[in-house]
Amino acid sequence: MRNLWLFISKYNAFFLLIIFFTISLILLITNNSFQRASVWNSSNQLVGRSYERINEINSYLTLRKTNDSLAAENAILRNQLATSFSSDSIKQIAVRDTTLKQQYTYTVARVINNSVHQKNNYLTINRGTKHGITKGMGVTSAKGIVGIVFNVNENFSTIRSLLHSETKVSANVNGSIGSLVWGEGNYDPRFAYLKDIQSHLNIKKGNRVFTSEFSMFPQGTTIGYVAETRTKEGDSSLDIKIKLDTDFATLGYVYVINNILSAQQLSLEAQNKIE
Amino acid sequence: MGRVVISNSIRFLLLMAIQVFLLKNIGYYNLSIPYLYILFILVLPFGIPNSLLFLLAFFTGLTIDFYYDSLGLNAAACTILAFVRIIFINLTVQRDGFDNEPEPSLSIMGFQWFIFYAFILTFSHHFILFTFENFKFSEFGYTLIRVLMSTLFTVSLMLITEFAFFQKKVR
Repeated sequence: MRNLWLFISKYNAFFLLIIFFTISLILLITNNSFQRASVWNSSNQLVGRSYERINEINSYLTLRKTNDSLAAENAILRNQLATSFSSDSIKQIAVRDTTLKQQYTYTVARVINNSVHQKNNYLTINRGTKHGITKGMGVTSAKGIVGIVFNVNENFSTIRSLLHSETKVSANVNGSIGSLVWGEGNYDPRFAYLKDIQSHLNIKKGNRVFTSEFSMFPQGTTIGYVAETRTKEGDSSLDIKIKLDTDFATLGYVYVINNILSAQQLSLEAQNKIE
Repeated sequence: MGRVVISNSIRFLLLMAIQVFLLKNIGYYNLSIPYLYILFILVLPFGIPNSLLFLLAFFTGLTIDFYYDSLGLNAAACTILAFVRIIFINLTVQRDGFDNEPEPSLSIMGFQWFIFYAFILTFSHHFILFTFENFKFSEFGYTLIRVLMSTLFTVSLMLITEFAFFQKKVR
C-alpha cells in the first residue's frame, strides 16, 4: 500500500493529467452536441458492426432451416398460382389502336410437354380449338420464335418446334432473306442454320436475325444472332450458324400468334392455283 | 508570496479580458486563431505544485470555455498543456538554483529557451484543442495546418507580450 502511494506521488503529474483530462472530456462530450453525436455515432457503429458479424454467422448456421421454410412457402404459393388450376377460360392480349388495324393477336399458353433431344421435336400446349388455335399458327416465347402449330384438338395443341427437320422459317439478316432450318447434321437445340444467303453478302458474327415478312410470324420477331459463318466449297451460299434466342430446354410459357388476315391471304392465293 | 499571487491574478484577468473581448474576434479565415490566454499557464512560477498547476490550468481552460461555448474543450487542452509543461521543465531546467520563486518568462530564461518552450507548449495545446474540436480523423491534414498556423500566431503574440513587459533582470 505504501509502495503504491509512493508510486502515485512520484508520478503525480501523470495521474493528475488523467483525472483532469477525463473530467474535461466528460464535460466536452456531455455538453457539446457535435462531440456527443460523434461519440454516440461511432460507438453505435462499433456495436452495429459487431452485431452484423454475429448475425451473419447465425444466419449461416440456420441456412438449412431457412431453406426448408422457404421451400414450404414456395409450395404454398405455387398451390395458389392460377396455373395450378386447369382452366378453360383464356386471356387474350389484344392491342386496340385506331390508327392501325390489328393483324396479330396473342394467346398465352403453357407448355405441358416438351422435347429437345429428338430428331424431330414437338411441344404440347394447353390450348386448343376451344381457345381459337388453328393449324399453322406461329408460336413464340418471350425471347424468340418457338415453332408452328401442327395438330389441334379441343383442349390441346401440338407444336412442331423449330427443332424439327421440316420446320422452315423465313428469316432476315441484314436485309437479306434466307430460310432457317434445323436438323441437317446438327442436333444441338441451341443452334440452327440459315440457308440461301449469298456468299458475297456481308454477314458478320453477332448480327441479329429476325423473321421476314414471308413467315407466319409478325415481321421482326427475334430469332437469334449469327454465331458463325462459313463458305462451302462449290456453293454460292453461306453456311450460317445461328444461336437461337429461345431456350427450348426451359420453355414454360409460349404465345400463339393468330394472324387475323391470314385467311384472306390464303383464300386469295388459293384462287391463283385454281386458275 | 503575496506579490506572486497578486501579479498572477492581475495577469490572469488581463489575459482573459484580451482573449475573450479582443482575440476572440481576430482570426485568419478559421485557419489561424490565436489563444494568447495560455501564456498565463506558461509563466506560472517554477515552484508551483503539480496539483495546483493542474487545477489552475483546468479552471483557466474552463473559464475560456464559458465564453467560447465549448465546455470542456479548452479545459482538456490546458490539462495537456500543464502536463507538457511539467515534463518540459523537468527535462530542461535545474530547479535548485532559484531564489524568490522566479517564473519561466522571457526576461529570466532568455530568448532561445523561451521561444522553444513557448512553441512546444503552444503546439501541444493547440493540437489537442483543434483535434478535439474537429473530433474526427478525416480532414486531419487540414486540422494539422490549422494547428501550425495558430501556433505561429499565438507564439508571435506571446513574444510581443513578453517583450512589452521585458524586465532587465539577469538570471
